[in-house]
Amino acid sequence: MTPAAKLTLGPVLYNWPAEVKRDFYFRIADEAAVDVVYLGEVVCSKRSSFFGPYVPEVAERLARAGKDVVHSTLALIMNEREMETVRALAAAPDLRVEANDISGAALLAGRPHVIGPFVNVYNEGTLEVLVRGGADRIVLPCELPVGSLEVLGRAAGGAELELQVFGRLPLALSARCYHARAHDVHKDGCRYVCEEDPDGMALETLDGDGFLAVNGTQTLSHTLCCLLRELEALRDLGIGCFRLWPQSVDMVAVAGIFRGVLDGRDDPAEAEARLGELVDIAPFSNGFYHGREGAVLVAGGTFSPAG
Amino acid sequence: MSRTPLELVCPAGTPGALRAAVDAGADVVYLGFRDETNARNFPGLNFSRPELRDGLAYAHERGCRIYVAVNTFATAGNPGPWHRAVDDAAELGADALILADIGLLDYARRRHPETRRHLSVQASASNPTAIAYYHETFGVQRVVLPRVLTVTEIARLNAQIPVETEVFAFGGMCVMAEGRCALSAYATGRSPNMNGVCSPASHVRYEQGVGGMVSRLGRFTINEFPDGEPAGYPTLCKGRFVTGGCAGYLFEEPTSLDASAVLSELMAAGVRALKIEGRQRGRAYIAEVVAAFRRAVDAAARGDPVPPLGLGGMTEGLRKTTGAYTKTWR
Repeated sequence: MTPAAKLTLGPVLYNWPAEVKRDFYFRIADEAAVDVVYLGEVVCSKRSSFFGPYVPEVAERLARAGKDVVHSTLALIMNEREMETVRALAAAPDLRVEANDISGAALLAGRPHVIGPFVNVYNEGTLEVLVRGGADRIVLPCELPVGSLEVLGRAAGGAELELQVFGRLPLALSARCYHARAHDVHKDGCRYVCEEDPDGMALETLDGDGFLAVNGTQTLSHTLCCLLRELEALRDLGIGCFRLWPQSVDMVAVAGIFRGVLDGRDDPAEAEARLGELVDIAPFSNGFYHGREGAVLVAGGTFSPAG
Repeated sequence: MSRTPLELVCPAGTPGALRAAVDAGADVVYLGFRDETNARNFPGLNFSRPELRDGLAYAHERGCRIYVAVNTFATAGNPGPWHRAVDDAAELGADALILADIGLLDYARRRHPETRRHLSVQASASNPTAIAYYHETFGVQRVVLPRVLTVTEIARLNAQIPVETEVFAFGGMCVMAEGRCALSAYATGRSPNMNGVCSPASHVRYEQGVGGMVSRLGRFTINEFPDGEPAGYPTLCKGRFVTGGCAGYLFEEPTSLDASAVLSELMAAGVRALKIEGRQRGRAYIAEVVAAFRRAVDAAARGDPVPPLGLGGMTEGLRKTTGAYTKTWR
């Protein structure tokens, strides 16, 4: 029998003001039908100090509400100060940590930990090495097609697999800050201009097509990944955890919609229509799952596992 | 005072380019097999097994080494092509394997412990802890550093790690952390990590628009060129886009990396090898760029100032940048 599916909330990727973020998590604790909540700054170390002081309070409130709290590390670590933030998380024996760079996995070796979606796990060989190192949950890269998910599902053994099912697709990381560049300010004196864009800064083509979203040093998709119609197939493939990336929409309601489908109460197509009414910041996409360009929405595509 | 020269690691996409690089003074030529196991999986490019065997003979007779890049991420359920690439390169006598995939590093260490393993830039190892992990777990002896670090950061890194470092010196430049970019996949379904391609020609179209030539990748417009201006290739991150009502090259201008201005600093920072990008380039380009860098590397080793390379005509959009090596780039 397939174990109960978990709904997870990925770390907030955008630079929301610290109090907004705190209140967001308080509401998640009180109302959202998610099982796991990831906390921490993944994108830009310059932002870490703002929310840092609230983390203990927020983590405590989430834990009291029965959520598993996981602390996420930075994804791109380029200096000693950034390395120190990862070391500090890894050194706290009672924290559960998601490593978003292989350095985090190295520091967490030998104790249970999560491998985040910014570590490249494309195949069973890599999966086995990381599980040997103590990973008991692996969040897979967003560009994997269903054929790869099927193989990884069989190879996971006792480890849980997690996949993004909602939100902008995190497509790229850089040392360069594109928010600062767009505002013609230097990265060191950026004035945190990224705070103006709670879902990232819209990037359009010259002919006005929504294309990407800029979040400081990170680039995301314009479209919102939505795999409501693929949830059942994903469960059959052995994916047990389903990640919602926070966007500045009613995430409690978003979680409720996914929960309804996971629990078999709601029809996926109908749920997708309701999600579309709730979330109007961009169209949905599911192309990566179907082995296509990530930007497209494949309609009615269902996958039958081979054999 | 003379110092050990930086090792000059040069690209080859064809046997002709390999011979050109060797003859022009390369210490090492790097190349890949003709399939999706390497990050320059372009039509008509790369090496068959017999071509590698002949290339190895040509290089070794002239005191030059060959590194084989197997630096994409193996497809789940189909590791065969990647394993065979590692096996064949090792058995034919390649001087090192350039790898990025953890599963493949593990395979190479178990099956061919005697063949040197280098960590590809595609693994994006940008800190001492990550590099130590690859060294201790898979016996990696050299790391090709991602193009995200400044010279100062590279110097600090070299002081803390037990392995050699290799850095990019010239050619095309990713502005994103390598191996952590799915932009091409988002627009075309073809990905650097999985297919060894970025912004592939198969998905490029040029169309006459009202104001000039429009270049597209998949269904997205990447740039527009007024009539009479040459239309550049639509590499996604070198495109012109609109943010906040302004059109511009948000990620990067069409430009090439040229680190010759900081070559002495890179040497002083403890870098072991310089890499030239461009396995997709022709023989004449390779010969000229390699010869120029041979002169530059030798001058730096003698402690002389690095002479101007004279490669202005070789850079993309005729522009050059020292990229992430200088902090202001960020």
